Amino acid sequence: MPAEKQQDQKDKRTQETEEVQPDQEVVEQGEEIKEDLDQILDEIDEILEEDSEEFVENYIQRGGE
Amino acid sequence: MNRRIYGLENEYGIICTSDRRGGKALSIQNAVMYLFREIISGRMYPDVFLENGARFYQDIGCHPEYATPECDNVADLVSHDKAGERIIERLSVAAERKMQADGFLGRISVFKNNTDTPGNTYGCHENYLMDRRVSFRQLAAQLIPFFVTRQVFAGAGKVKSTNRGSYAISQRAQHIREEISIATTTARGIINTRDEPHADREKYRRLHVIVGDSNMSEFATYLKIGTTAIVLRMIEDNFIKQRLALRDSVRAIQQISEDITCTRKIELENGKRLSGVEMQWEYLECAKQYFEQVESDPVTDQIMARWEYVLTCLETDPMQLDRELDWVIKKKLIETYVESRQLKWNSAKVLMLDLQYHNIRPELGLYYKLEKDGRVERIVSDSEVEHAMHHPPETTRAKFRGRFVKLANERKILCGVNWSYIQLYEPYQKLFLSTDPLQAEYEEASRMIYSI
Repeated sequence: MPAEKQQDQKDKRTQETEEVQPDQEVVEQGEEIKEDLDQILDEIDEILEEDSEEFVENYIQRGGE
Repeated sequence: MNRRIYGLENEYGIICTSDRRGGKALSIQNAVMYLFREIISGRMYPDVFLENGARFYQDIGCHPEYATPECDNVADLVSHDKAGERIIERLSVAAERKMQADGFLGRISVFKNNTDTPGNTYGCHENYLMDRRVSFRQLAAQLIPFFVTRQVFAGAGKVKSTNRGSYAISQRAQHIREEISIATTTARGIINTRDEPHADREKYRRLHVIVGDSNMSEFATYLKIGTTAIVLRMIEDNFIKQRLALRDSVRAIQQISEDITCTRKIELENGKRLSGVEMQWEYLECAKQYFEQVESDPVTDQIMARWEYVLTCLETDPMQLDRELDWVIKKKLIETYVESRQLKWNSAKVLMLDLQYHNIRPELGLYYKLEKDGRVERIVSDSEVEHAMHHPPETTRAKFRGRFVKLANERKILCGVNWSYIQLYEPYQKLFLSTDPLQAEYEEASRMIYSI
């Protein structure tokens, strides 16, 4: 879902409820945190586009101290 | 000792991979050469002291190593440890540009961790200046159980194999073979006996600790160094009376590392059985009694409070500490990703995630992605880290070393620098040797610095 659309929906939700109950705030906060993490997971997808198998196999160091 | 010198050395892992345009990857040796090219500016060896008093050099096994300047405050040490990451990050970006100009299209990845894929290890060494009068036997006996168990909060975590749930708390534990040893590259010990104080030998011992993991989390570094310092102070004052000697310390360090519930009991020499967390409570309770009798300071109070908080959480559910401890932060992130993408645990991507958590480049490293989003506890600010990249601590001898290096670099004067001395060659012919790292100002050093 594009971010703009999500924002629209969220705005609509807030407009529809005239008095925001504390519980709902918590729920929305929870959703926000999850959305943020989704963004991180998407960024991880990009990092893992690289051939993980080859990268991991090639990660060989000489022993240090 | 109330005031003490702390230092951290990190050996970094490095790899140069070809980018998607199909460029040629460089060997580690060549990548490291590019990494050092700018900073050694004409010197023969990749080994330099920097204007912030730190040392950056190529260590055994071709690892870039950053040793912080001497700090006398744990928060300063965290800033300087992070400053090392930022300096190497900038050098790796510069190195890629130079490689590109030479026709090599590769990417340099630098990892602050302690193991590679086949199982080689490289270290994170802590250094503590200590009172020479403490008997080594007593020091070792009282420290070993502490070092075996502090991994419950200081461990960096490791996906052991791609079997589901096969996760260890510490990267380094599986490479420890002895209780006490002088070796750093084979038969590594829980206590390492290297003792080069770079100071008055009659007065000071340098405790060189090689048993710990490299930490990405500032909180973990802070707590690891802070609690160790408290335990050292109690040992120096002969305050620890508890009998905590373990039946088999080497086995115990591995058993604790392999138990992510932190509940497994290990056997003591006296037949008692305690978990790693319970052992840590013993040290903490002892420290509480200690600070009823001797004076504390605000930083120590903060460390004590965080130590207690962490042990309390570890007792109920270690996974609560997903903002504080590396091994928990990383485990939770990997689990979330694996679940959301319905990955198989035996996928190479899981090992890749483990590795990339430790990547020091903010645009690539998973730790830094979480940090950017405010999902990890910080101890210092970005501006403090930036400051530490260019300025030495104000209260230790790193101060005069940093000033000397900065001036000599600006004036392009060839000079000699080491932890305990600064030297000017012809036509000045001067050498200043310091035997007390806790002293920041020396008239003789100042005269020498301003003569150039």
